[in-house]
Amino acid sequence: MAIDSGDTAWMLISTALVFLMIPAVGFFYGGMLRKQNMLSILGQTIIILGMVTLIWVIAGFSLAFGSNGSPFIGNLDWLMLKGVGQDPLSAAYGPSIPGILYMMFQGMFAIITAALIIGGIAERMRLKALVIFLGIWTVLVYIPVAHWVWGGGFLAQLGTLDFAGGTVVHITAGISVLSAVLILGKRVSASNGGPETPHNIPFVVLGGALLWVGWFGFNGGSAIGSNGLAAQAFVTTQIAAATAAVVWGLINWLHVGRPGVLGMISGAVAGLVAITPASGFVDASGAIVIGIGAGGFCYGGIILRRRYGFDDALDVWGVHGIGGTWGAIATGFFATTAVNAAGKDGLFYGGGANLLIAQLAAVAVVWVFAFSITAFVMWTLSKVMRIRMTKEEERIGADMIQHGESAYN
Amino acid sequence: MMKVEAIIRSEKLGAVKSALEAIKVHGMTVFEVKGRGEQKGLEFTHRAGKFRIDMLPKTKIEVVVKDSMVNSVIDTICNSARTGEVGDGKIFVLPVLKSIRVRTGEEEK
Repeated sequence: MAIDSGDTAWMLISTALVFLMIPAVGFFYGGMLRKQNMLSILGQTIIILGMVTLIWVIAGFSLAFGSNGSPFIGNLDWLMLKGVGQDPLSAAYGPSIPGILYMMFQGMFAIITAALIIGGIAERMRLKALVIFLGIWTVLVYIPVAHWVWGGGFLAQLGTLDFAGGTVVHITAGISVLSAVLILGKRVSASNGGPETPHNIPFVVLGGALLWVGWFGFNGGSAIGSNGLAAQAFVTTQIAAATAAVVWGLINWLHVGRPGVLGMISGAVAGLVAITPASGFVDASGAIVIGIGAGGFCYGGIILRRRYGFDDALDVWGVHGIGGTWGAIATGFFATTAVNAAGKDGLFYGGGANLLIAQLAAVAVVWVFAFSITAFVMWTLSKVMRIRMTKEEERIGADMIQHGESAYN
Repeated sequence: MMKVEAIIRSEKLGAVKSALEAIKVHGMTVFEVKGRGEQKGLEFTHRAGKFRIDMLPKTKIEVVVKDSMVNSVIDTICNSARTGEVGDGKIFVLPVLKSIRVRTGEEEK
């Protein structure tokens, strides 16, 4: 194993691109909230950035990727990054890039996943409780699932394919939000069926656009090299996002008579989510079908969420939970070894049902695991501390209450 | 003719609006305002001390109606905006001298 300068250059850029998604999520989410909560969401992305980076460096990477053959969790051999240096770690963890770069690329995924959750629980959770919750969540939910899928754990052994994190990132975040909001309860502003008016849609578009840019590193970088596969993932990412944005706009048009800008950018994000697990395994037609499904299913997910009235403030379940699930299952249909020899053939490409079954099993396991562990953590926290702001605090907004600042003066 | 000015909790706007529609009061002007009442805002306690937010965000609704409608508008707003806690708001009723429709210049009574 020798360092390749091209691979290393692309992975350095990809790692920085995934980093960009973290503040981008802050703008994407913040613009959809009331203006009294804009800073709180940006502040939370900074806090998560700090906290999860430390968790990851101290023990997280080792617990997720340390390979001891355990199907469930890694080990502590790489505590404080001992042994993770400028040489490649192993054939599976980037044979041509520095080990420490692979560690950081994966670390950005851990951060962005925790940051996705804040959109669902926004505008009502106390900052202290939120920080403790996401710290515990990263260790108890993200790290085990990352090990199962990418660290040689039991889902990897089962043959599950997840190119860039459909199950590890999007299903864990989306399903955890569903279970967290059921325990956390509704916001005051949403409890009377009040309108959910975004305070700044340009911020949503700005954040969504930056997420889209970052996603080229998220998916393209998951090739762990500067090669044809990276280009393939880059292109399928573009195809699915573009398709889903258009499909969402069209559905919106047929449904309410006009295509909302908020809807189209949400559609793009839904497409990006859905192509994530499949990006390095499917061809152009697979990417288009995944994009169409992402637009349709996630639109339906949001309608369903409204109908049942659980207060997932920014539809993290509807977009990431549903989109991630669709992408993971679609991989079982559309994966082809013509694109990636290290992958498998899905049901529609002559590979039989084996891959599809492995995908469905992974989806089911991660849904149940993320839902129940998150519910347990949130419920326990609610018994030992106050997890919600008071009604009066909610009315004034988290910016002033939790940070003593307001976004607009 | 009277103008009813109601300062209410912002999240109650939807409820007040539909309650007014139910008594056929459709026209209104709505403002986002800040203010305080007898309690001079709210005091929050922290482990490291206290801080006060003395101007609270509220929503103000202005409705101009015939004298005969004033009492039912007041009742409707009270019932739909009430939570029973401090900070539910205030209603002021003012006389209106004239009302003119801009499009036609006609004076309404």
